[in-house]
Amino acid sequence: MSKRIVIDPVTRIEGHLRIEAVVENGVVKDAFSAGTMVRGIEKILKGRDPRDAWAFTERVCGVCTTVHALASCRSVEDALGIEVPRNAELVRNLMFCAQFVQDHVVHFYHLHALDWVDVVSMLKADPVAASKIAQSLSAWPRSNPGHFAAVQTRLKKYVESGQLGIFANGYWGHKAYKLPPEVNLIAVSHYLDALEWQKEIVKIHAIFGGKNPHPNYLVGGVPCSFNIDEVNAINTERLNHVASLIKDAITFVEQVYVPDLLAIAGFYKDWAAIGGGLENYLAYGDLPTRGIRDVGSYLLPRGAILGRNLNEVHEVNGKDEKEIREYISHSWYKYGGGDEVGLHPFRGETEFNYTGPKPPYDQLNVEGKYSWLKTPRWKEHPMEVGPLARMLVAYAKGNTDVKELVGVVLGKLDVPVTALFSTLGRTAARGVETQIVAHWMKGFFDELVANIRNGEVRTHTRYHWDPDTWPAAAEGVGLTEAPRGALAHWISIKDKAIDNYQLVVPSTWNASPRDTKGQRSSYEASLIGTPVANVDQPVEILRTIHSFDPCLACAVHLYDPSGKQIHQVQFN
Amino acid sequence: MSVSRESLWETMKEKGYSRREFMEFCGFAAVAAGLGTQATAAVAATFEKKGRPPVVWLHFQECTCCSESFIRGSHPVVADVLLDAISLDYTQTLQAAAGTAAEKCLHDTMKNYAGKYILLVEGSVPTGADGAYCCIAGESAEEILRKAARDAAAIIAWGNCASFGCVQAAKPNPTNATAISRLVGKPVINVPGCPPIADVMAAVVTHILMFGRGPELDALGRPKEFYGRRVHDTCYRRPYYDAGLFVDAWDDEGARKGYCLFRMGCRGPVTYNACSVTRWNGGVSYPIQSGHGCIGCSENGFWDNGPFYRHLPSTPGFGIESTADTIGLGLGIGVAVGVAAHAVTTNIRKRPLIAETVKESSPAGQTEDEGAK
Repeated sequence: MSKRIVIDPVTRIEGHLRIEAVVENGVVKDAFSAGTMVRGIEKILKGRDPRDAWAFTERVCGVCTTVHALASCRSVEDALGIEVPRNAELVRNLMFCAQFVQDHVVHFYHLHALDWVDVVSMLKADPVAASKIAQSLSAWPRSNPGHFAAVQTRLKKYVESGQLGIFANGYWGHKAYKLPPEVNLIAVSHYLDALEWQKEIVKIHAIFGGKNPHPNYLVGGVPCSFNIDEVNAINTERLNHVASLIKDAITFVEQVYVPDLLAIAGFYKDWAAIGGGLENYLAYGDLPTRGIRDVGSYLLPRGAILGRNLNEVHEVNGKDEKEIREYISHSWYKYGGGDEVGLHPFRGETEFNYTGPKPPYDQLNVEGKYSWLKTPRWKEHPMEVGPLARMLVAYAKGNTDVKELVGVVLGKLDVPVTALFSTLGRTAARGVETQIVAHWMKGFFDELVANIRNGEVRTHTRYHWDPDTWPAAAEGVGLTEAPRGALAHWISIKDKAIDNYQLVVPSTWNASPRDTKGQRSSYEASLIGTPVANVDQPVEILRTIHSFDPCLACAVHLYDPSGKQIHQVQFN
Repeated sequence: MSVSRESLWETMKEKGYSRREFMEFCGFAAVAAGLGTQATAAVAATFEKKGRPPVVWLHFQECTCCSESFIRGSHPVVADVLLDAISLDYTQTLQAAAGTAAEKCLHDTMKNYAGKYILLVEGSVPTGADGAYCCIAGESAEEILRKAARDAAAIIAWGNCASFGCVQAAKPNPTNATAISRLVGKPVINVPGCPPIADVMAAVVTHILMFGRGPELDALGRPKEFYGRRVHDTCYRRPYYDAGLFVDAWDDEGARKGYCLFRMGCRGPVTYNACSVTRWNGGVSYPIQSGHGCIGCSENGFWDNGPFYRHLPSTPGFGIESTADTIGLGLGIGVAVGVAAHAVTTNIRKRPLIAETVKESSPAGQTEDEGAK
């Protein structure tokens, strides 16, 4: 008995995602992922000042706010040969880490947890027992019976009011929910704690960048200045604030997020064999410790893994036209040279070509074009990007922090290393990464303070700020990692203005439709074999899709149809 | 619906807040809503009434920064209010249900609370290609908006996207991204910004709940209580502007002293927003305080009023900058002419005084000449 089900909107994500899945005998046999919104940012960038691009592209996404600004600044700096001062790099690293920690925690509690946590079941919990469990997991000070009782009472009122708000029509009581009432209570309690805490950590962005979401960046460095003899700059009070935010972040991650993750995962070990999907992983890496050009110095390493072979990590070059290409066989665009070819972003050419059904529609034509996302490939391979890809590349490259913590997590869950290739593994990798990154923040902060102590306070490189110093034409690429995975911007500058600008973003890798050869991307591949107990309540599908932390506004884009040859630019 | 719903006061009491803390919160809410503390009693009376008004939050062409900002509310109690004072029945960012079950939430609220729900809209609506540029559940954004707006008690446009079209409406606006006020045929409260400040968002909702009507609006549909003043006029760096003390290059001596960012392209003089008063992220900072000029994100069409680092607002369509220091660079915004002239005259008038001040405040009597240019 085969049934085609549609999930639209997929909620608790960023953007507009539609999943169509074919379910046969309680198992997903085929799946189609579609991005249903487009804005056209790249076309809008053409002709503008390259130094403004960070602000435009930052607005690609307000959830992973900052990452596009960073990629954009780097692409311009690469094109113009600008090296930023170490302090600017440290501030960028701190903002990067703060973004990761905040984003991952919000994802776990507010976007992902309700796939595993039954809010209604917690009404039956015993607050005293819940407190005992919570205290056995960590030293988090709010784990007392009174607090849990208060949370429970609050939610009871909520449910009894008949207005369930964000919890209305959830899949409560579905047999796929396996947590005891007390663990559900702990998780919901921490859902609220996380809501309180997440607005604190982003104050690091406000201190260095003026606001969050969408803090300010600057080509050539960062806009803030250090002066420990001045109230009007980043001074000791500001640095103290950053230090305490880092400390609190480490506490929250270690006492709330990671213990919850492990406790919940322990009840869902069957998900260590579901949702693995592709066998290839790609990471651009980030967090330079000796300058952006020294790729070997990145704390998050760069590389690609094929066929889950952790003994070999392939090199990745964003400028090699043979490596990254985008296809549009199933995307609502057209190419001048035919829709079957793949183009490197430097040769981008795109035109809207909507061939789908006129809204309102019930189903998309999945035989033809069915998404606003293009389909990127690395050396023709579909790749998974994200925390799991980053942790696997780091693990395979022998990063000791990652190896150690992955070992601890696998040991606590009593699962083999192959468990990483799954929905559960993806979610666990995100937690591992969060804990490591939170600690790295401390290192960057200490180095920053040491620099200032030694009189090194520069935050901006001035020599190519003035467009009169620029060459007539230049191209560059900015590679980084968004919380959701590998992110890159390609820029071409001509006569002091943007001639061509392209982004290939994480959710484009993961959420894209099939390519010309019919190869599925991550979402579609990972859904195959997923059990679906009740087609009207597809909570299992949400578990796997949410494990990728979808971000669709980024994933959809449009670039200039000039389609011209760009010469290779060498890193030197 | 005759279900008995508890009031905010009852909710807070159960959460362990004292009557005094409740009254303090009401005071904050009153001030945030632009009423002043004298309205605290009226606010308290409102919050003691029973009931949680249903709220529908729609997402169209956006980046979700408004939702993210919304959950950054700085008063601990504000987050509670937003969970307890309203019933957020439909929000693609946070709701548990997906697909058909989520859509049912939307349709139930529209049907059961016709004329009573508050409609919040994040994102612009693309009217090109028969609506194919943005569809949810197979339906076009334009159609969804029209249906939801029809029976809404109040409509709030979150952020610059819903208010004015924002980045996707910047030239050449490939999808014909449109502000929602142009599509719904009824009054809309525009709360622009990219995103708006969290506490401003909370206060606008609170305002409606408290008084049963929206706040007073300016010509662009923005609440005067938050968009009535220019960032420039409430900026703590304003004295440096008046004194002619400017940052002339990133991270120069002026930057390290926190001088005025006008010459680095700051749009504070032509931007109406609460940044320099309310500030961001619990009052921690705002763009100028952290060393970057304001980019004018609460203004209509700010993306096309660039480039951002040209130090005088210019008419859109100008070439990329070459001589930003030329005063009178084909100005398109009347107020900017005054701004520039004001800067020049104050410089000349105050030059001796400035020189003296700088001398006094410099270590070992070193003089700097930023102010005397």
